[in-house]
Amino acid sequence: MRRRTKLNINPKHVLIVCVLLCILLIAVSFRFGDKLLPVRNAVSTVITPMQKGINVVGTLISDQLDNFRSVNELLEENAKLKEKVDILTYQNKLLLQDKYELDGLRELFELDKKYIDYPKVAARVISKDSNNWYSVFTIDKGTKDGLEKNMNVIAGNGLVGIIVEANYNNSIVRSIIDDKSFVTGMFLKTSDICYVKGDLELMDENKIRVELIGKDAQVYDGYEVVTSHISPNYHQGILIGYISDIKLDPSNMTKTAYLTPVVDFERLEEVLIITELKEPLDGQED
Amino acid sequence: MIRILVYLIEIIVCFVLQSSMFHYISLVNVMPNLLIILVVSHAYMRGRMTGLLMGFFSGLLVDIFYGNIIGLYALIFMLIGYVMGYVNKVYSPDDYTFPIFMVAISSFLYDFFYYVFEFLLRGRLNFVYYLRRIMLPEILYTVLVSVFLYKLLHMINKKLDQKSDKGA
Repeated sequence: MRRRTKLNINPKHVLIVCVLLCILLIAVSFRFGDKLLPVRNAVSTVITPMQKGINVVGTLISDQLDNFRSVNELLEENAKLKEKVDILTYQNKLLLQDKYELDGLRELFELDKKYIDYPKVAARVISKDSNNWYSVFTIDKGTKDGLEKNMNVIAGNGLVGIIVEANYNNSIVRSIIDDKSFVTGMFLKTSDICYVKGDLELMDENKIRVELIGKDAQVYDGYEVVTSHISPNYHQGILIGYISDIKLDPSNMTKTAYLTPVVDFERLEEVLIITELKEPLDGQED
Repeated sequence: MIRILVYLIEIIVCFVLQSSMFHYISLVNVMPNLLIILVVSHAYMRGRMTGLLMGFFSGLLVDIFYGNIIGLYALIFMLIGYVMGYVNKVYSPDDYTFPIFMVAISSFLYDFFYYVFEFLLRGRLNFVYYLRRIMLPEILYTVLVSVFLYKLLHMINKKLDQKSDKGA
């Protein structure tokens, strides 16, 4: 034994102590989850600058690599794209026609989207949950920049998720495609309520499950789903995505469908946070 | 003392890399599990005690940073570290294939427990899907990375051994 007495402790005893410690910690975090927040805050305040640094380096490297892409590849792509432009111009014309028609109809139905201008803050995605099971990510703004728990996160004009934890210089966001995510949505055209529930099995197809659509709801593929007025945390009227594959449940009471989100979660680098919390529902009826 | 410091740095570096380089190193949307490589390599090189403590602390870091329940990852990592520490009895400095095999097994165990705790308990029963979509790619990728990472860790360990021999 060349290393002092340290090695003489039986690993078995240490194991037992550590297992007990873990179980205690699990119990404590179940019971008093909120009390542990300061600890998390402290640790993540230290680690975040490191992650930011790594992120900068990574971006630099990947930018450099992109520059090396061969000219041939680009030429080929150019030819393909030109072809595509032709097709798209034609399609665009058709769509424009549809749009005029749609505008007219919308006016008729007074279904203008209710995008009120919320105050927003931009943030950068700096890290992702360290395992592959969830879609939780960290952004580089925190309470220091006025963020709070339950603020809505959007990108482009679609819903990304919600802040589940705001630390001093970073916040953790749970995206709507996450397996644990749950949002009450609403069909823009018919105001039917539905529940948008993330599902890991559908993540690859870039889809989210939509449940509990009323049996009588007159909804069809391609309808827009926005956040609903009954949701406690999400502001009303943020676009979530488009519906498809509507099916009647075996129970014959509700319908289930899939939803394609408007946000590209694969390439999420910058997001906007609505720095206004939704007011509690207490006062409202319905 | 130096050894403990080096271990701490290793844990933090692996964790930061794993959580921040996701844009650049993930294949088919899956990240290699660097921490499990770290824990298993040290358990294999140094025995149960090191595996145990290493697992406990890296698990705790993940817990504090991401988990909802503090202690769950720590427990999984720690048990894997401890069990893998038994393999230390057949440790040989020249063997580079055996630890990688061990990494594969541990990676599977970790994912399996993770599935049980976080998904099965919430009623997600489609095990085969998760196996195909997440576990297998993750294990393969982890094994691939461990081929290089183990060599590096082994080198660091050798240096540390030499140093403490001199000191003693």
